[in-house]
Amino acid sequence: MHVHRYEKAWAYFSIGLVLVFFLALVTAAFAGGVQVPSPAGIINPARLSATDFAQPGLRQLAPGEYEVYMVGQFWQWTPNEIRVPQGARVKFYLTSGDVQHGFKVQGTTINVMVIPGQVSYFSYRFKTPGEYLIICHEYCGSNHHLMSGKIIVEAPTAATTAATP
Amino acid sequence: MSTGLKRIALLYIIVATLALFIGTLFGPLQAFDQARLDLYPLVQKLLPFVRSYYHGLSLHGVLNALIWTFAFTAGFLLFATAKALGRDYPRLWVPWLSLVLMVVGLVVTAIPMLRNQATVLYTFYPPLQAPPMFYFGLVLVVVSTWVVGLALWQIYRAWRREHPGERTPLPAFMALVTYTMWFLASLGVAVEVLVLLLPWSLGWTQYTDPQLARTLFWYTGHPLVYFWLLPAYIAWYTVLPQRVGGKLFSDPLARLAFLIFLILSTPVGFHHQYVDPGVPVGWKLLHALLTFLLFIPSMLTAFTVIASIEHGGRRRGGKGNFGWLWKLPWGDPVVSAQLLAGISFMFGGIGGLINASYNINMVVHNTVFIPGHFHLTVGSGVTLTFMGMAYWLLPQLTGRRVWAPKLAVAQAWLWFIGVMIFARGMHWSGLLGVPRRVPMSLANYWQPEWQLPSLLTAAGGTIMYLGGLLFFLVFLVSLFGKRVTIDEAEYAFAEALSPSERAPALFERWGVWIGAAIVLIVIAYGPFLTNYTYNFVAPGFANYWPR
Repeated sequence: MHVHRYEKAWAYFSIGLVLVFFLALVTAAFAGGVQVPSPAGIINPARLSATDFAQPGLRQLAPGEYEVYMVGQFWQWTPNEIRVPQGARVKFYLTSGDVQHGFKVQGTTINVMVIPGQVSYFSYRFKTPGEYLIICHEYCGSNHHLMSGKIIVEAPTAATTAATP
Repeated sequence: MSTGLKRIALLYIIVATLALFIGTLFGPLQAFDQARLDLYPLVQKLLPFVRSYYHGLSLHGVLNALIWTFAFTAGFLLFATAKALGRDYPRLWVPWLSLVLMVVGLVVTAIPMLRNQATVLYTFYPPLQAPPMFYFGLVLVVVSTWVVGLALWQIYRAWRREHPGERTPLPAFMALVTYTMWFLASLGVAVEVLVLLLPWSLGWTQYTDPQLARTLFWYTGHPLVYFWLLPAYIAWYTVLPQRVGGKLFSDPLARLAFLIFLILSTPVGFHHQYVDPGVPVGWKLLHALLTFLLFIPSMLTAFTVIASIEHGGRRRGGKGNFGWLWKLPWGDPVVSAQLLAGISFMFGGIGGLINASYNINMVVHNTVFIPGHFHLTVGSGVTLTFMGMAYWLLPQLTGRRVWAPKLAVAQAWLWFIGVMIFARGMHWSGLLGVPRRVPMSLANYWQPEWQLPSLLTAAGGTIMYLGGLLFFLVFLVSLFGKRVTIDEAEYAFAEALSPSERAPALFERWGVWIGAAIVLIVIAYGPFLTNYTYNFVAPGFANYWPR
């Protein structure tokens, strides 16, 4: 097949471009640790009481290490607000009690779908103190726009690790 | 060509434009709502059936993204294929049947949608549940596209018997690729609706598996994008070069680009599910790579189409690196609409590469960056091309000339300027974290830094809508315009500088390419579906929208 030499050069350039981009992503993901969520198990939304989601909330695992179990349900998160100290690493376990929701924390890389039947997992270290907005970013019915929550990251002086419902 | 076929094509294009007319009604409302100006209470006074932002958004998505594109593509490609092959359909009732299925499907889908019983948006993710009529209507719409594909294969086989050993004329070749790719791709949503959602909505099954449904949806959902796009590419490859007085730079490379689309369009769906909990990262990464490879045929298209247009510009006396641009016939709405569509699409393509970028996607997933992106692609690259192609099709189908071509050119410019401002606002808002599909006037988490980009969105959306209104006006008046004799040379398909004879014979061996497409689909989805833990636990939730 005859291919004009400019065309050939353009094709090689295009192939090279996407391969370089792809390598950059793989490097960021596996060497830089910027990774997308992976499966964390399945669950029955009708039987959350028999799981770790029976008592949703924040738990301290070790100094600076936390886990939080959160349930999304028309149209809020339980708990809808958590407080952690600056520098805390938080392991988020999320699931839905009804329809699909989305969990995005403003100003962070936390962005994960919350789907009935699935457990979503994400780990994040909060380095900067302040109020972080949680936004539900998947349409979940008539009051979807009211489904938001808060993560409060406190500077070291404020001594508290308690979860507020 | 029989008047029967022209009538089918014309009816398809009228149905498409009608869908766009109703669908775009809600566009400015959503754009204004981004800037926290809730016009829905006002609209409810005029159109009392409209219940909410989400109701309007559902209609906007289904009518624009599904009906406008499907119906226009059917009309355009049924006509273009017969024109390129120089013969009629052996069984004209087959395209008629497709049209009837499309119209019946549209009406059946529209009834629950207009009554606000199917406010599930055009992605209809379960366990939000719509009435059975909604799913049934969508099935008819998809079956209608299959029947169009069947008609294309029938006319191709009849032509092939009369022309053994010849290369298939390019427009027909591309139409066949488009509908064959779409048939393979639409099997996902067909299984989702027929096996999971319809029985569940009818109450025959109680529970469904939302993660599985999402996977089946996006199996179809991304190639759907190429089902929108390839007809626009067909116009750019086969009509635009001729209209600007040039020739297609390379016919074989155009075929190669389409064959790559045939094999690569489908096994990429997980790039819409990068942040889904139920999909292992290895599969997400494989689909990321395949999606990136899909960028290559679009790059080839950019080269070939721009080189062909440049050829036209130089033949018209254009000089220098860019001087040929100004020599193009910008006063021809068929040309200007498509050139502007192409420019907006370039930005859309670059944005698409960002969305496909695996972990970078976490910054933009489900933010308004995404609708910002697809208004540049389907909302302008495709839609504006179709508007331009309406001005190419209407005279041929009706024997009447396009009314007020200058107004038609202005229409294209308004749409283009509008979408560029609109998309600038949407992309910017998305990077600031504004979620998509949310009425900002009602949300309880508005941030002050969202103000400026939102105003751009509102302003751009309004300008776009004005361009849309002018399109409907020109289209409507043209239907009753002055009768003219069509100069066939003006409406011929482009000749090629590097002709089809230079394409390898392998390009005509459909079995090889369809086989390769199926093998890639099996590799990309097979192991995932056999290892997936099926979990049918979600009951339906209906009526979670205001009545």
